[in-house]
Amino acid sequence: MSTPSVSSTIYGTMAEFNSAQELLTAARRANDAGYREMDAYSPFPVEELAEAIGFRKNYVPLVTLIGAITGGVLGYMMQYYIAVISYPTNIGGRPFHSWPSFIIVTFEMTILFGAISAVLGMLALNGLPMPYHPVFNVPRFNFVTKDKFFLVIFATDPKYDTQSAHQFLESLNPQSVSEVPC
Amino acid sequence: MVEEAPVIEPGHTLATVTDKISSIVLERPTSNGWIVGFAGCFMLTMMMLYALGYLFLRGVGIWGINIPIGWGFAIINFVWWIGIGHAGTLISAILLLLRQSWRNSINRFAEAMTLFAVACAGVFPGVHTGRPWLDYWMFPYPNTMNYWPQFRSPLIWDVFAVSTYFTVSLMFWFIGLIPDLGTLRDRAENKYARMIYGLLAMGWRGSARHWARYEMAYLLLAGLATPLVLSVHTVVSFDFAVGIVPGWHTTIFPPYFVAGAIYSGFAMVLMLAIPIRKLYGLEDFITDRHLQNSAKVMLATGWIVAYGYAIEAFMGWYGGNRYDQTLLWNRLHGPYQFWYYSLLICNLLVPQLLWFRKMRTHPVYLFFISLVILVGMWLERFVIIVISLTRDFLPSSWGMYYPTRWDWMTYIGTIGMFLTAMFLFVRILPMISIFEIRTLLPEAEVKHK
Repeated sequence: MSTPSVSSTIYGTMAEFNSAQELLTAARRANDAGYREMDAYSPFPVEELAEAIGFRKNYVPLVTLIGAITGGVLGYMMQYYIAVISYPTNIGGRPFHSWPSFIIVTFEMTILFGAISAVLGMLALNGLPMPYHPVFNVPRFNFVTKDKFFLVIFATDPKYDTQSAHQFLESLNPQSVSEVPC
Repeated sequence: MVEEAPVIEPGHTLATVTDKISSIVLERPTSNGWIVGFAGCFMLTMMMLYALGYLFLRGVGIWGINIPIGWGFAIINFVWWIGIGHAGTLISAILLLLRQSWRNSINRFAEAMTLFAVACAGVFPGVHTGRPWLDYWMFPYPNTMNYWPQFRSPLIWDVFAVSTYFTVSLMFWFIGLIPDLGTLRDRAENKYARMIYGLLAMGWRGSARHWARYEMAYLLLAGLATPLVLSVHTVVSFDFAVGIVPGWHTTIFPPYFVAGAIYSGFAMVLMLAIPIRKLYGLEDFITDRHLQNSAKVMLATGWIVAYGYAIEAFMGWYGGNRYDQTLLWNRLHGPYQFWYYSLLICNLLVPQLLWFRKMRTHPVYLFFISLVILVGMWLERFVIIVISLTRDFLPSSWGMYYPTRWDWMTYIGTIGMFLTAMFLFVRILPMISIFEIRTLLPEAEVKHK
């Protein structure tokens, strides 16, 4: 546990790297060194990086599946209610529950709800929109959307200590190491 | 074997890619050419609004439609525009699932093209209803009239298909933009630009956890958009195929419409990509490889469309149905025969030039072949709709269709609206996906554990 005085002013310690490979290696070594609460930042998705910083469960597919099933069920039930219960009309002698005609709208509603769930689910799980975040306090962090790579060990990590984290990150051959103020 | 052109010219790094694409938006001054082009297209948009204003005042009688031709330009243009949109989704979704990484440099503006094309398409059925201010009656909502939409009608299927397609395309496009909006936020010098891009980027910070969920959501959206895009033109073709009019009541319509949609869509992609890459100096990212591949897709889908024409003609002759036979005769010898032969020249004959490698890689030839294909695909819808409707079962109810100047003003006006939106898009948003181009660079590769 970090000491209260440190955690109130420091969000974590950040190291800057020049390439995706260096960042991935650094994240793996931080994991091997026993750090658990960290995050890595890159200008494009880097393979295996999320696993290296301890990201395990991706709930986006589940949210999408639930959304898609909800959309399909709602779409079909809506048409059944309208065509059979609320507003039955005789169209060319077809049965009121003429299910083949209902497939298309059911399909479209499945896709629509699935897609909306995927987008909103991804944003919600990521905690976006969040215009302000402590990592933006480091001026060099602007380059994360260009060509620089960053690793942050959070102050909430049980093993975190400002000095030792700084020294550990320095040992990974970074461009620079700095503390992230809250 | 000739060496294939690269997807991205060698020598680029993360920094040069970022600077090159973002500087078009952030640093490049607004050129006179842009202003003139934008103004011209904006005037065409105003012409469309004028035509629509007069339409709202007087009703659909100002158009050339009348019984027996209740469907005229409005539906021709609707099908044409929505077909053009299909290539954008094909490039962004289907080619993503097929791991065709060359798509990364053309998907962004192809998706923008989809959005704007679907918006143009939406104008037509909306105003064709006669009382467009009551269009919301097509959506199922509880109302005091105790009325509900009729879900056995293909026209209501269309409402759901097209509105779902627009919504999903918009989300797909916007989600793809988020990391690049972050780049613009961090690069912008202007305070207001930084604020607006920052607001839209929603605080994107490139966290590995975020990327993992982001990539998953992007992949799932691609997976959902793939059957969606195939379904949209299928449903559009149902507007025809479910009816009994000769020439419409055929089972080949769904695949034939989808292939035609992709055919015309790639033609529009090329017509936009060729001038854009020249004017903005983006030959490094949109290389001859992209032109080649798009031309090959056009050649392939062109042959599916040709198969559709052949089967239509064959079934007309072989099916033994006298109305289908009459339709075929009308296409070949009737009052609109000129347009049918023009269609065959535009869609079957001219695109065969794409068998030659020189044609596939030469921007100027390719531009004009694409133009011919777009005209041809418009003629295809004209032939399907007008020839079938002007001469259906009873000779006593035959007629002719002559579009009026209001029809033309609305149609040309939507082209202006489409280009106006494209002009704005290339000026204020990165027209090439920066982060997806970064993943194509050798620097992006990492060693696996």
